[in-house]
Amino acid sequence: MIRVVLPHHLRNLARVGDEVEIQVEGTATQRSVLEAIEATYPVLRGTIRDRLSLQRRPFLRFFACEQDLSHESPDDPLPEAVATGKEPFLIVGAMAGG
Amino acid sequence: MSGVRVLVGTRKGAFILTSDGKREQWNVSGPHFAGWEIYHVNGSPVNPDRLYASQSSGWFGQMIQRSDDGGKTWEAVGNKFAYEGVPGTHQWYDGTQHPWAFARVWHLEPSLTDVDTVYAGVEDAALFRSVDGGQTWQELPGLREHGSGPRWQPGAGGMCLHTIVLDPSDPERIFIAISAAGAFRTDDGGKTWQPINRGLKSEGIPDPNAEVGHCVHHMAIHPSRPGTLFMQKHWDIMRSDDAGDSWREVSGNLPSDFGFPIAVHAHEPETIYVVPIKSDSEHFPPEGKLRVYRSRTGGNEWEALTNGLPQSDCYVNVLRDAMAVDSLDSCGIYFGTTGGQVYASADAGDTWAPIVRDLPAVLSVEVQTLP
Repeated sequence: MIRVVLPHHLRNLARVGDEVEIQVEGTATQRSVLEAIEATYPVLRGTIRDRLSLQRRPFLRFFACEQDLSHESPDDPLPEAVATGKEPFLIVGAMAGG
Repeated sequence: MSGVRVLVGTRKGAFILTSDGKREQWNVSGPHFAGWEIYHVNGSPVNPDRLYASQSSGWFGQMIQRSDDGGKTWEAVGNKFAYEGVPGTHQWYDGTQHPWAFARVWHLEPSLTDVDTVYAGVEDAALFRSVDGGQTWQELPGLREHGSGPRWQPGAGGMCLHTIVLDPSDPERIFIAISAAGAFRTDDGGKTWQPINRGLKSEGIPDPNAEVGHCVHHMAIHPSRPGTLFMQKHWDIMRSDDAGDSWREVSGNLPSDFGFPIAVHAHEPETIYVVPIKSDSEHFPPEGKLRVYRSRTGGNEWEALTNGLPQSDCYVNVLRDAMAVDSLDSCGIYFGTTGGQVYASADAGDTWAPIVRDLPAVLSVEVQTLP
C-alpha cells in the first residue's frame, strides 16, 4: 500500500480526502504510482502528467522523505519508506499565480 | 412560465444565474469548479439541461465537464485532445516557426440537432468534435491543414480558435474564427475549409489583401439569416451578406471600433450590439463610461445604451465570449465584465441592471431560454 497526498484541486476532482492509498504491482516508481493513481481515479488523467506525452506538468512537483524527486527518472525506485507506506508520496502544486 | 439560465465562466469558477421570464429576481449558483478558469459553459439547444463546460488550469491542464441536470451536478468527461498526424508549425511572435501544441479549450459549441455532438475550439488553433457527449474528441484536421497554418500567429491571448457558428439552415456549413488567422468556413461538414477574409483590413499586415493573419475577435449571426455575418475585428466592425465571401466595414459613428464581443438581437436580424473599448493598448471603455452600442440598421448607425450602466470611472473590459441574448418576447441582452459584474437588460438594451457585481473576472456568458 502506498500513500499519496494530492493537491487541493485534484482531491476535489477525484472526490477524495487529504490522502489516498493505492496498490502498486512490482517495484514502486513514480511511473507505477502515477499509473495506479490514474487507473483508480481516471478523472486525474492529464492533470498530473500531460495527457499525451506523460511528462510531469510544469507546475507540479513530486516530493517524498524530504526529497524533491521531480527530476528523478520516472522508473527509479521510490524510497523504501514510500514503498512500504511509512511515508507518503507528495504531489505538490507550485505556489504561484493569482 | 418560461425563464432564463445564464451560464457564466470566470477566472475562478463557473456561476449559473437563473430567473423567471420577468428577469427581475435572480438566483446565483456557484462557484462550480472553484478556483479553476472556466473559459466557457454552453448548453445544448436540443436538451437545455445538457451543459458542457471547459475547465482549465495552468497547473492541472484541461478538463471538460458535462451536466445533464442544468448544472446541478457535473461529470468530468474526456480531456484527450490529440491533433491528427504531425501537427506542424505556425508563426511565433518573433516570426519564427513554432510547433503546434494544445493548451486549452476556449469555446464549446453544442450541435443544433444532436445532444451528444459538441464542437471544441482550442488553443493552439484547431477544431475538435465529440459525438459521444464529450467522452472522446476527434480533430477536424482539414482546418489546421488548410495550407495557411504556417502563417497563423498567436494574438496576445494565444493562438486560439474562439468562435464557432453553426449554420441552422445547412448542417454542413460551419464558420469559425481564429486569433490571429481570421475567419474560415466549411461547406462540407468540416472536411475542407476556406479562409473568408476578403475585405478585412488589418494594420500591421502589409498586404491589404492578405488571405490570413487577421485578428478576428468574434462573429455572430441571426438564425433566420445565416448568410449575414457580423464581426468584431481587433479594430473595425464588419459585415458580410454572402456568408463571408466579402466583408464591408460598418463601424459608422462608434466612438471606437475596437472591442471584443458582438451579438445579434433574437428577433431583429438587423439589430446588433457591441461594446466599444478605447484601443488595443487600453482595454477599457472610452472616457470611463461603460456603454453598449446598438445598431438597428445592421451597422453604421449606432446609439449608446447607458441607462443603468456606470458612466464614470469604469475601466473594465468585456471579453469576446461574454455577451449573449435570450429569445424571450422582449429580447434580453447580457454581458459580463473583467470586473466581475454581469449586467442584464430585459428590454433589448434600453435599461440595464447588474445581476451580480462581484464575481471573478468574467470570461464568458451564454444564455439559455427555458420553456
